[in-house]
Amino acid sequence: MWKFLIRRLLLSILILFLVSAVIYTVMRCLPVSFIEAKAREMSALPGAKSYSECLAQLNEVYQMDGNPVIGFFKWLSRAMRGDFGDSWMYNKPVTAKFKEVIWDSFFLSLISLVLELVIAIPLGIRAATRQYTRTDYAITVVALIGISLPSFFFATLLKLLFSVKLGVLPLNGKVGRYYNQLSAFGKFLDVVQHFILPITTLTIVSIGFLMRYTRTNMLEVLNSDYIRTARAKGLSESKVINLHAFRNTLIPVITMVGGTLPGLFSGAMITEQLFAIPGIGYTSYNAMISGDIPFSMFYLMFMAILTLVGTLIADILYAVVDPRVRVN
Amino acid sequence: MANKDKKDLNYDQHISTSNSLGDEQRVRVLSPSMLVIKRFFRNRLAVIGLVTIAAMFVFSFLGPLFSPYGEIQQFMKVEREIQTYAGATYNTNYYYLTAPGHDFTSIDKAAFVLAANNREDSFSSSGSTYHVNTLSPDDTYLLGEENVIADFISLGDNITITPKAGAALPSGFNEAAAEAVASGSESFTIDGVEFHVFSSKRSSYFYTLSDTVLLTKDLFNPYDPDSEITFELQKNSELAMASGEKNFEADGIKYTLETGDNKITILKDGEPYADISNLIVTSTAAGRFISIPFRNAVEKAIAENTGSFTMPDESGEETEYTVIRRDLEYAIQTITDVDLLDTYAAPSAKHWVGTDGSGMDMLTRLMYGGRISLSIGFVVIFIEMFIGVIMGGISGYFGGVADTIIMRIVDTLNCIPTLPLYIILGTIMATLHIDPTLRIYLLMVVLGITGWTGIARVVRGQILSLREQEFMLAEEALGMSTRRRIFHHLIPNVIPQLIVYATMGLGSIILTEATLSFLNLGVKYPYASWGNIVNAVNDSYVLTNYTFVWIPAGLLILITVLGFNFIGDGLRDAFDPKMKR
Repeated sequence: MWKFLIRRLLLSILILFLVSAVIYTVMRCLPVSFIEAKAREMSALPGAKSYSECLAQLNEVYQMDGNPVIGFFKWLSRAMRGDFGDSWMYNKPVTAKFKEVIWDSFFLSLISLVLELVIAIPLGIRAATRQYTRTDYAITVVALIGISLPSFFFATLLKLLFSVKLGVLPLNGKVGRYYNQLSAFGKFLDVVQHFILPITTLTIVSIGFLMRYTRTNMLEVLNSDYIRTARAKGLSESKVINLHAFRNTLIPVITMVGGTLPGLFSGAMITEQLFAIPGIGYTSYNAMISGDIPFSMFYLMFMAILTLVGTLIADILYAVVDPRVRVN
Repeated sequence: MANKDKKDLNYDQHISTSNSLGDEQRVRVLSPSMLVIKRFFRNRLAVIGLVTIAAMFVFSFLGPLFSPYGEIQQFMKVEREIQTYAGATYNTNYYYLTAPGHDFTSIDKAAFVLAANNREDSFSSSGSTYHVNTLSPDDTYLLGEENVIADFISLGDNITITPKAGAALPSGFNEAAAEAVASGSESFTIDGVEFHVFSSKRSSYFYTLSDTVLLTKDLFNPYDPDSEITFELQKNSELAMASGEKNFEADGIKYTLETGDNKITILKDGEPYADISNLIVTSTAAGRFISIPFRNAVEKAIAENTGSFTMPDESGEETEYTVIRRDLEYAIQTITDVDLLDTYAAPSAKHWVGTDGSGMDMLTRLMYGGRISLSIGFVVIFIEMFIGVIMGGISGYFGGVADTIIMRIVDTLNCIPTLPLYIILGTIMATLHIDPTLRIYLLMVVLGITGWTGIARVVRGQILSLREQEFMLAEEALGMSTRRRIFHHLIPNVIPQLIVYATMGLGSIILTEATLSFLNLGVKYPYASWGNIVNAVNDSYVLTNYTFVWIPAGLLILITVLGFNFIGDGLRDAFDPKMKR
């Protein structure tokens, strides 16, 4: 077990090293004209640093003018200490802006993940136990629609229906116009109201995959020998499904969900942007669109680390939950 | 041929009546691929998906051939709109009309205003002296420029005349001049030319006056836009009006004045030639001539306060004009036809799905958008398969160092977040003004290069498991070449998984492309893509009021991706019947 963990960990460090090399290369490959144009544009913003200051700091952090190999290591050592320079657009250290916006994204993703689990797992299991019935087909179709639904289209439909036609939910933003005049509970309700549509979008769009995944794994478990044994020894169908099959189905599901946990911090770029929720996705989308290079590079690196941690967690969980893996 | 078909039919239904052990007795066994196809077609969802995708192909690739419109053809519409046709106001400013060949600069104008305010008869400016001839106070003035023709010194009865250089004195000038000076008169006339005498202690001279500047608030409007209103005509008509005469001559042509309500008409040979009034009527459109009857109608409407009048327009059609007063100005409005881009037209027989914000036919745009979305999907999946199969094949078949290296590359690429990467690339392309066509190709290449890892993994996994099987051992024992083993035995066994993966992948590529185009980072205007059609919702007015612009495109994306997913799902079940227990 420990040997396995250490191997995975070392491998992850190697991959992280490779990934950061790729990201550094991307940075070095950016056209100079693009960097200069954007720095000039950004320095024109109110309260921004001057053009030469922007470029000087970028140069200092990324060592743009030196030897790429030495520059890479210098940048890496800075990056490990959390120094990514100052954002051009937000006029503060990249990490400070990051700390400001990350929690909105986290709660948004967390709530939709919980909803997703609560809806998708029971439906997936139901579809598997009633394979080839109408229920199964309906669930399959719903799941596939969820997978195929473009989030921007679905979010727009929700906005049209609930904000424009019915007028019951706010169109976008995190807080309403009179937020500051509300009581503490009123403030909470206001934010909740603003989060309903984004959470619905995120949940519906991601629900399909988990549903299909649960169904496939449940089917596999239901076809295994120990289920036949359980039935043969006369256990009731509910016991077979709830105790024997369900718990075994959870092994891959927990592994997969564990792997998505770091993704809670990655933010939902499209959804946040459409609903103007000032989370990490929205912030970094705007940074990338307007060419805030320090922030964009940080976000690339951050996302890469999240993916890596996700894979690592999935691997470790797999070994923890399923004792059979540990043997190999 | 017909006979053979009949036989086949019999095989299918197992109703052979023969007792022999010939071919016809054999139970028909389907080939593995036929089995897959049969299983596939038994799956209702898969068939629905197949039909959808086929329909989508017909719509996108054949549709444009039947569409009467082009991808970027813009449509115009004619709209009836109240437009200000002309403006009218009473003139309160002087017009400075100068005789040909003369200049009257703003300094001269200032000097005149000063002189007029001081009620002076003459003033000097820019080296010239002007005499003010008031034809009508505060309305019309004629300025005569002084031309000195000769100086004179008079001592008692003796007068010495010194002509100016270049001035030719008429015969009898000296005598007439002497007489005028002696009698103390200010002017004398020889052959119809009037000479003036100026005498002071410092200098004395004779001069003539040439009328060079006419100041008037009156406007001369010709009946025929081509007829010329000369300075002399204006000057002489003003002189005639001031003296109350009916007839005058200008440029050798005789004219008559006719007084009507609010205005005076100049007649030439009994025909109206021009009108004199101080109402300015200006057209709001360049190059449109305001005819005299129109001006008269405006003048009449203003004078009688009727508020509106009817006039035949250029094409002879009776048009109603409304006169609206705004302080000291009048606006003449009319309902006219305006050519506009036919934007956001609702669905109609001409445009089945309406038009978009640029006045382009939506249905045609949707067809071309489908072409681009589907083409991008197929090209990208082809690139992904090409790289993925080679990489996965090498990795799985050879193992060892190659496997380790390739798998680390795959791991690394998996960690690179694709959407942020595309967004940064899109921003760079936008800043560098990359051509929209080139962008489409770049988009394909980038999507392909970053997306092959999944296929590589599938191929590697499959080959690893195939390698353990006995037939591979047998091949090795037979001494089969590596190439043959890979291409004839391994690849065909990987193809089922590959097809399933590719079909599902097509859906997700189309989704990615749509998302990028929606963010305006993928396919750009003027090219259509389903994603960039939905992009119109960024305008909240379109989101609310023109749902026909964006909902069809969104639904097409959904249906197409869903179709690919249905097919992929069906194929997976068909290839892997074990899952179908």
